[in-house]
Amino acid sequence: MTSDMIIAKDLKKVYGDFVAVDGINFTVKQGESFGLLGPNGAGKSTTMKMISSVSKRSSGELTILGKDPDKFGPEIRAHLGVVPQKDMLDRELKTWENLYTYGRFFGLSRKFLKPKVEELLAFAQLEEKRNDKVEELSGGMQRRLAIARGLVNEPEMLLLDEPTTGLDPQARHILWDRLFRLKEQGVTLVITTHYMDEAEQLCDRLIVMDKGKIMAEGSPAELIKKYSSKEVVEVRFGTDKNAQFADQLKKLADRIEVLPDRILVYTSHGEQTLEKISAQGMNPVTSLVRRSSLEDVFLRLTGRTLVD
Amino acid sequence: MTDLKFKPGKAVDSVRAMRRGAWAVAEYRLFSMSKWMGSMISFGLGNPIIYLVSIGLGIGALVDANTGGQGIDGVSYIEFVAPALLATAAINALQDEVTFPTMQGFVWDKMFFAMNNTPITARQIANGIMTTATIRGIFTVILYEAVLLVFGAIPLSSALPLFLTSIFAALAFGAAMLAVTVRIENDTTLFAIIGRFVIAPMFLFSGTFYPLDQMPIYLQWIGWISPMWHSTQLGRFLSYGMPLELWQLAMHAIFLATVFVIGMLFAYPKFESRLQK
Repeated sequence: MTSDMIIAKDLKKVYGDFVAVDGINFTVKQGESFGLLGPNGAGKSTTMKMISSVSKRSSGELTILGKDPDKFGPEIRAHLGVVPQKDMLDRELKTWENLYTYGRFFGLSRKFLKPKVEELLAFAQLEEKRNDKVEELSGGMQRRLAIARGLVNEPEMLLLDEPTTGLDPQARHILWDRLFRLKEQGVTLVITTHYMDEAEQLCDRLIVMDKGKIMAEGSPAELIKKYSSKEVVEVRFGTDKNAQFADQLKKLADRIEVLPDRILVYTSHGEQTLEKISAQGMNPVTSLVRRSSLEDVFLRLTGRTLVD
Repeated sequence: MTDLKFKPGKAVDSVRAMRRGAWAVAEYRLFSMSKWMGSMISFGLGNPIIYLVSIGLGIGALVDANTGGQGIDGVSYIEFVAPALLATAAINALQDEVTFPTMQGFVWDKMFFAMNNTPITARQIANGIMTTATIRGIFTVILYEAVLLVFGAIPLSSALPLFLTSIFAALAFGAAMLAVTVRIENDTTLFAIIGRFVIAPMFLFSGTFYPLDQMPIYLQWIGWISPMWHSTQLGRFLSYGMPLELWQLAMHAIFLATVFVIGMLFAYPKFESRLQK
């Protein structure tokens, strides 16, 4: 059976004069891995707090697990796993104690929690750290612990706010692997991120947000197809010279974007385009041919890059 | 590497989780507190012993000698002071368990926000913190009374009434402190200010060491607005029969209950609004 886990209609959140989320619409289905992609301040975390059923919406409709979070917040939260942006772990407790005490908040019995804690420690690869205090764990370990903690109640839906921000590449890949396994098991995932590679790796479908609004919606592949070309040639002529080649490059490409440090040339055939660039006597200091990514989609939609 | 195997959404009984929310918070706090049980016991015992020695052997001996063995209100000085000392111990215990965990929960490691991601509500967090603080107060008062009883400073018949009056004082003060602490964004120096300008004057000017009417009238108001004085008066009435009119009894009890209720009523909405952010 597939059902809607989240239905948002004209969802809005206002803080005083500031509109953090400005009338967004989206639906998340059971078992789906859904992403909210956007730069800092796009309204992703605010949306996430409303989905978590802790922050009330200003207007619009929101249904989480079939219920209205304004009326049934605690019931809904009983079946959600939440991994907040800041880990919010008890730094004075040991690793296993953080999992155990959190499980008790869901009314779970000691009998249930005893094996569950061990299972989660294994899942998060923290068995050897079970008796270490949280403050002794590395950033990546703390993040894995926060994710394990979010799973202690065997949630229907796991909400992850910027799960890998601040982690090194290796720690990120371990986390992605863990999350991918959950997805394979049918746990619905909702992820906010400002990393396009993360969104591409983890999300079946995503919305691109900017300034509280949804700019685009679709699978990573669909979005790239719709808003970008197949390949991108990145060329650098030097900071002062980039702009002067822009007109010439435009004629060789579907579209170009002139950034302060480089020019992005959008084309179906990157290598051929690069050859033409050289043939026309333009000799970039460095050049790179790559596939289009969500970063390019975002740039196209907003005129800005995701990570400043 | 191990995979987790579970059927999403089947483990939690949400009705049970929602019902026991405040207790779950209290249980968590008690779990954390159990880590420094040793220092809690030594402080709980050491504090009354120091007071007993200093007041019993020092001031007490002096007062009792100068009143021809009559003490104050016809009882020994230590018996006169005991209700106030117990109330102070209970107040300090609740103050510790209300202020620091609330700062930790909202500011230091933000655990209240993590708790609020579970079925636990803002109000249950506030209630859980108060429950644990009260348990700590009870524990402290029991230790204190045990010392007083062992040293023969109070009669056994006073134990229960003084236990109750000191816990009432602490509940009133604790609720007021909860309402104040939940409004502090990050400045812990306020605790030092409260310690010096609220708790210390309350301890010194609430008829703790001498009857309040010994004070000039323009200083007596400090006692009137302090939970400490109201609880101490009740304790003196109940333990050794210090004369009080019925209306005075009612006034002391109502004052303490009112401070408690107002404190909690001011704490709840701020807990809710802060967790919404």
